[in-house]
Amino acid sequence: MSVLIYIELDKGSVKKTSFGAIQYGAMIAAKLGTTTTALSLGTANSSELEQAGHHGAAKVLHVADPRLDHENSLAYAEALVQAAEQEESEVIIIPKSGLGDAVAARAGARLKAAVVSGITGLPEITGDTFRVTKRIFSGKAFASIDMAAARKILVIQKNAIETDENATGSPAQVEAFSPVLSEAGFKAKVISTEKVTNEISLTEAEIIVSGGRGLKGPENWHLLLDLASALGAATGCSKPVSDLDWRPHHEHIGQTGIKVTPGLYIACGISGAIQHLAGVNGSRCIVVINKDPEAPFFKSADYGIVGDIFEILPRLTDAARKLR
Amino acid sequence: MNILVCITSVPDTTAKITFTDNDTKLNKAGVQLIIGPYDDYALSRAVELKEQAAGKVTVLHVGGADADPQIRKALALGADEAIRVDVEPADSYDTAVQIAHIARQNSYDLILMGRESIDYNSGIVHGLVAEMLDLPSYSPVMKLDINGSTATITREIDGGKEVLEASLPLVLGCQEPIAEWKSPSMKGIMTARTKPLQVVPPVETEQLSVTGKYTLPAPKGACKMIPADAAETLIRLLQTEAKVI
Repeated sequence: MSVLIYIELDKGSVKKTSFGAIQYGAMIAAKLGTTTTALSLGTANSSELEQAGHHGAAKVLHVADPRLDHENSLAYAEALVQAAEQEESEVIIIPKSGLGDAVAARAGARLKAAVVSGITGLPEITGDTFRVTKRIFSGKAFASIDMAAARKILVIQKNAIETDENATGSPAQVEAFSPVLSEAGFKAKVISTEKVTNEISLTEAEIIVSGGRGLKGPENWHLLLDLASALGAATGCSKPVSDLDWRPHHEHIGQTGIKVTPGLYIACGISGAIQHLAGVNGSRCIVVINKDPEAPFFKSADYGIVGDIFEILPRLTDAARKLR
Repeated sequence: MNILVCITSVPDTTAKITFTDNDTKLNKAGVQLIIGPYDDYALSRAVELKEQAAGKVTVLHVGGADADPQIRKALALGADEAIRVDVEPADSYDTAVQIAHIARQNSYDLILMGRESIDYNSGIVHGLVAEMLDLPSYSPVMKLDINGSTATITREIDGGKEVLEASLPLVLGCQEPIAEWKSPSMKGIMTARTKPLQVVPPVETEQLSVTGKYTLPAPKGACKMIPADAAETLIRLLQTEAKVI
């Protein structure tokens, strides 16, 4: 009866958010007096998977089927359900993403599990009560939910807990796992795949530098990219900026774009419309730089600078470079 | 082609969220309800597809009568008929059970909805419905074309997008730019009044989770202002005080 964690890979390595999910699962396992098993799908290097142990997984089940290198919620859910049955897992942890939600839903329907997506913090477990808190209304509120079914699938937000980067457990034992995968999952024909390379993914990034209309045009974006590169940050933008095609659509952060929860979010020349806030209000620390002292974003910020971003950004970049 | 579009009725994106009944219910007083923005795009694409190939668009909502104005608006936007399952669903699972029950009684080539509702933000109803109906599902879908019984789908994947071909029937979670955003025409509004809106009772479900109290986020502490001429201080504070770099 172990806690099962679905871990995501990026080019054969375990994603950082998945290490966070393992630590989260290990804390629940400690509370329940059981062990932690991770499930990894697709081609991966064993030595990479062993690292799951440093974060608290005793064992990694590895399905080394190359068909699973491709995002496939149906096949992934089949593998997850069979792993949960083999391990008699009552608690299943999945890091939040579009794919994670789809896998959770399908596995949840098969297992008649309670599924809650968007969980912040650890569950409160007392007697038979298993209570979680989830983000609702794009972070404008939270709901407390009792997961009543015997099986529970927790889809957790990035930064649901503070994770320890220097985790030092022993390497996990990696076991080959061969679930029965139905042909139905592989019927769709992939015509083309287009991936953004050499960019830090917004949903994985610990630091995001984001720009709004205050940058006045795409030709000024180098100021923001320089700061991002000095900080090792990903870059994002507000909706008007992607609507104007100053930046690509996949950088749009907000209610109808990507929702991010980095450790640090630096907003440059973004006034802070409620729809933008909905995409960033889960960030641990928010910095707002704007020439308008009345910009509503300052109300949601931890640090603020009122001034000319064209002067301030290069100075911050210089200061950040000196840190490295 | 027979298309089912599931819509949510949610507070407008700019609404201030508060709760009543000892923090167990959304306070709808003064809140403008709208069709979920992602559902709106799904509906628009359904209407476009129906206009290209003959067919019918049915709108489905699981919820109480206060969503009837949004359902009428969906009819005004070009849906042909509507069904409302008259129950406040307990959770995503309950919602999915009701949708799957309606879907089983009819044969839909496509079941479309938004990638997520903007109230609960779970994004799991399409996956649940697909699993209950034993159908493939994809989300978030940014482009959708139908040729006979084949759908060509562009969907977002981790760090990019992909194009795939799949056979109908399918369940899809949609997002912009799948369709042009539409507002209802005068003629649409007039004809919507007489289009059928059927209210049906729910089927029984098991309750897998129980929602308790709602809370609002703790108020943010005061924003620490740094003078523009000492901008460098920010980097130091982020390192030593906030410990985020």
